This record gives sequence, structure tokens and C-alpha cells, in this order.
Amino acid sequence: MEKQKQFCTFYLDNLFFGIDVLKVQEIIRYQDMTQVPLAPPVISGLINLRGQVVTAMDLRPRLGLGKRNADDLPMNVIIRTEDDTVSFLVDEIGDVVEPDEDTFELPPETIGSGLRKLINGVYKLDGQLLLVMDAERTMDLTAST
Amino acid sequence: MDDMDDIIKEFLVESYEYLNSLDTDLVELEKNSSDPELLNRIFRSVHTIKGTSGFLGYNKLVSITHAGEGLLDLLRKGRLVPDEALTSALLQLVDAIRQILESIEATRKEGNADHSALSETLSRLQDKEVASVVPAENPGTSAALPVEPAPASADSAPDEVAAVNTDADPTSSGSKAFAQLQTLETLRGLCEQTGQSIPLAQLAEKCDLKKDTVHNHLAALRKEGLVRMRKNNTYEPATNADALSTGTLRNGVEASTASPSQAIPKVPGPAQDSPSAVMSEGMPETRETPKASFSDNTIRVDVELLDTLMNLVGELVLTRNQIVQFTTAQRDTAFVASAQHLNLITTELQEGVMKTRMQPIGNIWNKFPRVVRDIAVACNKKARVEMEGADTELDKTIIEAIKDPLTHLVRNAIDHGIETPEVRAACGKPAEGRLLLRAFHEGGQVNIEIIDDGGGINPERIKQKAIERGMITQPDAARMSDREILHMVFMPGFSTAKEVSNISGRGVGMDVVKTNIEKIGGTVDVQSKLGHGTSIKIKIPLTLAIIPALIIRMGEDRYAIPQVNLLELVRLEGEQIKKGIEMIHNTPVYRLRGKLLSLVYLNQELQLSDQASQATQERQGAINIVVLQAEDQNFGLVVEEIIDTEEVVVKPLSKQLKHLSAFAGATIMGDGKIALILDVLGLAERAGVLSEEARARTKADKSTQPNTTELQTLLLFKAGQNRRLAIPLSMVSRLEEIPTANVEWAGDQELVQYRGHLMPLIQLSRVLSVGGYQSDPGQEFMQVVVCGQNGSTVGLVVDEIVDVVEEQVSLQSRKRQDSILGVAVIQGKVTELLNVKRIIGAADVALFEHDETTEVI
Repeated sequence: MEKQKQFCTFYLDNLFFGIDVLKVQEIIRYQDMTQVPLAPPVISGLINLRGQVVTAMDLRPRLGLGKRNADDLPMNVIIRTEDDTVSFLVDEIGDVVEPDEDTFELPPETIGSGLRKLINGVYKLDGQLLLVMDAERTMDLTAST
Repeated sequence: MDDMDDIIKEFLVESYEYLNSLDTDLVELEKNSSDPELLNRIFRSVHTIKGTSGFLGYNKLVSITHAGEGLLDLLRKGRLVPDEALTSALLQLVDAIRQILESIEATRKEGNADHSALSETLSRLQDKEVASVVPAENPGTSAALPVEPAPASADSAPDEVAAVNTDADPTSSGSKAFAQLQTLETLRGLCEQTGQSIPLAQLAEKCDLKKDTVHNHLAALRKEGLVRMRKNNTYEPATNADALSTGTLRNGVEASTASPSQAIPKVPGPAQDSPSAVMSEGMPETRETPKASFSDNTIRVDVELLDTLMNLVGELVLTRNQIVQFTTAQRDTAFVASAQHLNLITTELQEGVMKTRMQPIGNIWNKFPRVVRDIAVACNKKARVEMEGADTELDKTIIEAIKDPLTHLVRNAIDHGIETPEVRAACGKPAEGRLLLRAFHEGGQVNIEIIDDGGGINPERIKQKAIERGMITQPDAARMSDREILHMVFMPGFSTAKEVSNISGRGVGMDVVKTNIEKIGGTVDVQSKLGHGTSIKIKIPLTLAIIPALIIRMGEDRYAIPQVNLLELVRLEGEQIKKGIEMIHNTPVYRLRGKLLSLVYLNQELQLSDQASQATQERQGAINIVVLQAEDQNFGLVVEEIIDTEEVVVKPLSKQLKHLSAFAGATIMGDGKIALILDVLGLAERAGVLSEEARARTKADKSTQPNTTELQTLLLFKAGQNRRLAIPLSMVSRLEEIPTANVEWAGDQELVQYRGHLMPLIQLSRVLSVGGYQSDPGQEFMQVVVCGQNGSTVGLVVDEIVDVVEEQVSLQSRKRQDSILGVAVIQGKVTELLNVKRIIGAADVALFEHDETTEVI
């Protein structure tokens, strides 16, 4: 891993995740979504991002986590890769953190395989663990489903 | 020097245009050698390329074009007659020129390719004729083309070649003329300053130009009598310094500025003929007419800019839609009026921008005569290309997308389709094969057909190949309709060519053709008649970006249905619902003007959770049916509410959703919400409307009841340990009770005398239950299903006739047993569908000939 990476962080079911800040286009509040019938359950719908149609993917089912309370509106983390733009729905947004490279470790073997496939590693921060999410692999539904 | 770069670019673009037309013209020439206008056009094209390349100092290009030009000149004078060898050589010349141009484009250099062999061939061909004729000695006097200036003689120095040609043959390209003007201005300035003779080298230095270039320009001036050239390569003003600086030269320059195409006076024919700024380059039709004015009125625009414009217009259409929606709630008449105005202007703008991207399909077609000729020569075949509707216009992106698939299909048609002249003669066809390319607009789509009169596709051979390659099994093959079999050519890795040639037969291609065409929302269909040829029909949308659509609502969300697929809207109210919608074994159908239309409920198809909506609808007492067409099947889509028609901008779905065949994309509605665009074809496939059985039934029923395609009439009976069996009623001629006593034997074949003929009997029980056959001798009568086939009849002995039903049949599982096509649920019970043809064949009743081709289901 390169030195001094910055991570955009968010919470999902009390887990603390980070995505490389360079891959995050923006963070927006909850948007009205258009349902996509027949789509895989992780696809929550489509949002209109200033004239662009963006697919919203709920990370809770994607990572095999439990359902969000109906009252809690998720936040959109817009991820932009070379060929696609996708919105990750997360519970809550955290700070941008710059963890110390020394604290990095590969994901422990014991965590659930569904989760582990999408995690590149773990930073041991003070008081909590930061799970580094692989954005591309998370977006790609064909690979792991 | 930037100017030089621009000049080279212009030169490349123009030369490519010439090359494109040369391809077509040369092939035409081979057929129609007597057309002087054609020859002149070819000559001029080559000549212009030669001239400009000389001006730019591409000597290699000059030398090969020169050789070609000499040859063409002989042709033009009628001293040579074009034949195949000659045309081939000229086509090679075109290829060589293209190769050099590509090299120039990439590296600014002519490249190292050796074209001496070609030059030799070209000059050898010239020698064929009267040796005394020095080809280009004095062609300026040529009767065929009086205005044509003298091309350089073969032995003149390169400088001279360049000078004469530039002088004689400038193209009308704006940037080149501009560059020349600049040079002229500089020269004028120099002359004014000195008012005396200037050595050429010094002139060149001052103008920052190559000596050659200056020389060329001055040669032009000299011709006008403005400058004199001294023996020692020094120029001086013709009369005196004043005359040159303030008089003629300036006038000449100004006049030239006003009209770049006349930058050099006395421009002969070619300049007028060069479509330097034609958007639709290379159209044979437009080249027919002189178009000096045409080139003045057109400009070249970067496609990227057009794409950007198109996107912007797309956004504008969206905004327009939003504003139009707001106005419905507005009372302010002034505002409403301007909104309407905006609406109109946007529509016009949209049409205008779309038009700029439209190109005639002839642009890609006109390279086909060459392709066809080359392949035909390579395969020792004869073929000609005919075109209909070459001016049919298509969006540029679509043109690009179909270019390769079409080329592939054309190649296939010649390589596989058209037979060799000997075979053709044996079949009583003219030796020359005919390939017809046809394009036309129909229902907002463009149809392109590629029709050859070759040998056609043999379904049996496809079957064989497919089985060999393990793509299908034998029983699969037996069950497949001819149409399905023909469509197998679109499967990856499929090729029926006996040998792999360098042209085609590797089995990659047809599947790529299909994928590429489907990628742009088109469809491909293949029809073939053995011995009579193959026709491939392609349907593609006009444009991809903005489509008219019907907006409907289902539950919370709205959906857009492309109008291309829309036939009509039907609304059922009150009593009509109960009366109009009937159920055939859980499949709702509606009688639309006496014909059955199968209904598909959108909410069910999309698995929308709110079952309530259907109930609501019925409570509200109205059902909305959108009658849609998918391929050749019609079906009714039941939706909750029909809202309006609207132009929508198609936005692609992201990768995660691409696999959903029910949707073609998404669009943003006036209120900023997103609506999914339904893919009618995908939806129909999902709903099973397009099953192959349904298709086959369409075919079978078409003659009598064109639209009751969903239903099939079946005869149900029992045989062999109480199995329920069915065969299509259309195969049954009569049902008979025949006394067991009447059965006679011929060898081991049971026969009865039936209506004055002998009719073989087949004990179905014996055929079906292998080995376990027990005849029941106690029975007095046998139930016999008489199947008539082309005059001969066969009797199937069954245990019991059950019923005649009209059912929608979908084969649930496929049996391995040859005699059974599959199992379906009919009248709520499991029923096996008999493969009658197979059974009759298996019973070995060869002595009674019957037609094997009778269609089974």
C-alpha cells in the first residue's frame, strides 16, 4: 500500500468503513429513488444526479448485513470509476481519515467470506477498526454473486 | 510550420475522398469501359492526387500516381481497353496510394513500402499498346478533356512536375489557398521593397518556405505574366516594381481572397470537381453534378462537436419538457406563449441537429462494389452489386456501427452465397451473381436488406454441423423449425464453410454481426431458399439518442414504451372487462376485432409487489391495454394508467442492470424523476410471447386466421398404457373406426383397405412402449387416426380418442424418445406431443411414399 492514503469513511451497522478518497466523487443526502423491478436486491433504485442516471446500491445487503431501520434514511456516497458511476447507500458519513500505514493489516480470515471479499484490509485506529473497502469489487455484482 | 500541417491535412482528407470514389469508379469502369465521363473522373482524381503530392514534395506518391496516370491517359484515348488485369493494377494503385497516405498521416513521411513492382506493372500495361506513344507527352491537347492542363512529362525534373501540377491543378481547399495567399502577400512585399530581381534562394529564405514551394507559386505568377523568370533562376517583376506591387498582383490577391476556390485563376475542371468540404463525402450521386457552389456552401465539422451539440440538445429537450410541464399550472398567458415558442424552437433545433448527423447509407455502401469485385475475383466468381435506396439517411453513430457487420455480410454473400459461374450455369442462372443492397425507411426504423441470388443456406447442413460441433443434439435438431435452424448461423463459432478461406469461414462473424446490430437496438433476420439465394434483413433505429415514447404508470413509477413498438391503445370499461378478457388455462386473452390477443400484465411481469393495483383497476372499472408489437407477434400489455407521449432522452443503464432484458434504458422525466424505458422485445421474451412454438403457429395459421397465433388446435387421444397424447389437428384428415377383422398383412406390415387404397397401420402402443406391446384381440373395432400426407395416408391405431382442444401449448420438458416432441400441460393434464413424422418414418412404411418435409408442429 502507498503511503498516507486518505479515506472517506462511513458507518454500516456499526462497522466503520473507508473508501479511497480519490474514488469518491461526492456525498449527497438521501434522494428519491426510482425502483428497478427485477433488479438484484442490492440495487435500491436509480437516482437523478443532475441529469445523470446513477444506480444506487445498498451496501447493507451487499455486505450481508441486517436491514436498516425504515426511519433511517441512508446517505449516498457517489463512487466514480473509469467506466461507471454508482451510489453506495450507507448509514452515516464519518470524517476523512489519514491512517498510519503501520497500523494496516490484511483482513482476518475469520470474518464472513461475503464481507472479506470486498475488504482490502484493516487499519487499527484508536478505539476502532477501519475496514478498507474495495470499491470496484463491491460495484461488480457479477464477480461475487 | 502550422500552415504546412493544415495543408497536409487537407490534402489527406481530399485524397481519401478521391480514393473512395476511385474504388467505386474503377469497378464501374471494368463493366462500362466506354463511358468517357467516368474515365475522365478517374483520371482527374489520380491526377489531382499526383499534383498535390508533388506540391507537397511526396515524390514516391508522385511517381506511382504518375505511372497510373499514364495508363489512364491511354485508356482515355481509347488506346487501351480496360480488362481485369488492368483494373486490378489500378485498384492496387489505389491501395498503394492509400497506404502511403496512411503513412503520411501517421508519420508525415511516405514510408518505406516498396511500390516499384506496382510501378513496373503499370508501365508494363502501358507498353501493351503502341510503343511509340509516349503517354503524357502532350496530353493537354487531348480531345476528350480539352480543359485538362498538361501533366508533367515523364522525364521532367521533380521540381518541374510540382510546378506544373500545382499550377494546373490546385484543389479548392480553403486552407491551402490561404497559405498560398499568404505566400503571395509576402512575395509582393518583397518585390515592393526591392523593386528588382531577387534570387530564388533568397526569396525562399525570406518567405520561410521551401525553394520548391516558392518556385511553384512563382510559376503560377509567371503564367499570369506578372513575373519573369530569368535563366539564372532569378525572378523580377514583369513590367516594373510598381505594376506588380500595387497593380495586378494585389488585385489578383484580393480577388483570390474573396473566393478561395479561385485562388489561382484559370483553374481547370478538377478544382470544381473536388468536393473539398462535403459532409457527405464520396456520395456517387452528388458527384454527378458540378458543385462549385456546393463546396462553397459547406463546411467540415468535427464529429465530436456534433456529439456535444447532440448531448446539449438532449438536455435542452429535457428542460423543455420540464418547462412545458410547469406551464400547465400557469395562468400567465405571456409565459405560456413563450413556453410554446420554446417548445417549437427546441423541436426544430433538435431536428436540425439530428439532420447534421445524418448520412446516407451510400457512404458505406460505395466501397462494396470494390469489396465484391475483389472477393469474386479471388473465388473465381462473378458478381455484381445493385443498390436501392443508397440515399437513405442514418445517424452517423449508427452508420459507423453497421459498417463492419454489413461488410461482413456482403463478404459472406459472395464467398458462401454466390456460386461459381459453372454451378450457376448448371442451375440455369446467369453466370453473374447478383447482390442487391436495399435500404428504406419503415415505421421509424431503417430496413437494410442484403439479398443474393446464390445457393441459399441448406438447413440440413447447418443441422449436421451443429450436431457435429455438439451445439445441439439429434432430437433437438429434429424438433427445430427451419427458421430456428437458419438462426443458428448467428451462434458463436458456427461456420458451414467446408474450408476456411482467407475471406471467411472461420465461424467468427455472424455472431459478431448479430451482437453489433443488437447493440444499437436493431434486429437481424435471415431467410433463405435453397438454390434461390439468401436474404438478410436488418432493422435498425434511425437514431439512438432521443426517441418518442408513450409514458405509462404502474404503481408508483412511470415507464416509457418506445413508440416504435406501439400499435394501439385499448381501454376496457365496466362490463367489457368481464366480457372481453377470457382465460385460456390461466392465460388471459382479449378479442381484439375478433382476433385473440394474449395479455401480459406489466405488474406481474415486473414482479411488482403491489398486487393491489390490478384489483384497484378492476374496481375502478377500467383496464388499459397497450397493444405492442415484438418482432412479428402482437401482444397486449396491461398497465395501470396511460399518461402521455413524450420525447425521451435515452440514458443507458449501469453495468449492474445491463442484464435486465426488460429495460432498454432510463430517462429523466419533466419533474426530475427517473423512468425506466421498457424493452418491448425483452419483455415479450420474458412473458413467453415469442416462444418458437408461438412463432411456428403464426406461420401455420397465417393463411387462415392471421392473428390467433397463440392457439393451436390439437387432437387428444390415449394410447399405450393410458398415455395422453396429442397431435396437431392439421395433420389429421379423418378419424375412423375400423373393424379389427379388416386388418390384413403384407410382410410384417399391417394394412387396411381404405377408400380404395391400401393404408398402412401403425400401432401407436407398440411404437411408444418399447417391447411392452400387447394388442387387445378382444376389441371389435380399432380407433384409427388417419393422417394424410400428400395423397398417401397412414393410420395411427390408438386406444381412445379423447378430445379436440384449442390450447396454448408450451412444451415443458423434452423427452429423449424420438417419437415424442415433448410434454405439455393440456386441459390441466400432462400430455405428450407426438412427433408424427418421426413415428411414420420409424414404422418403415417406405413402400408408401410420403413427403418427409411435412411440418410437425
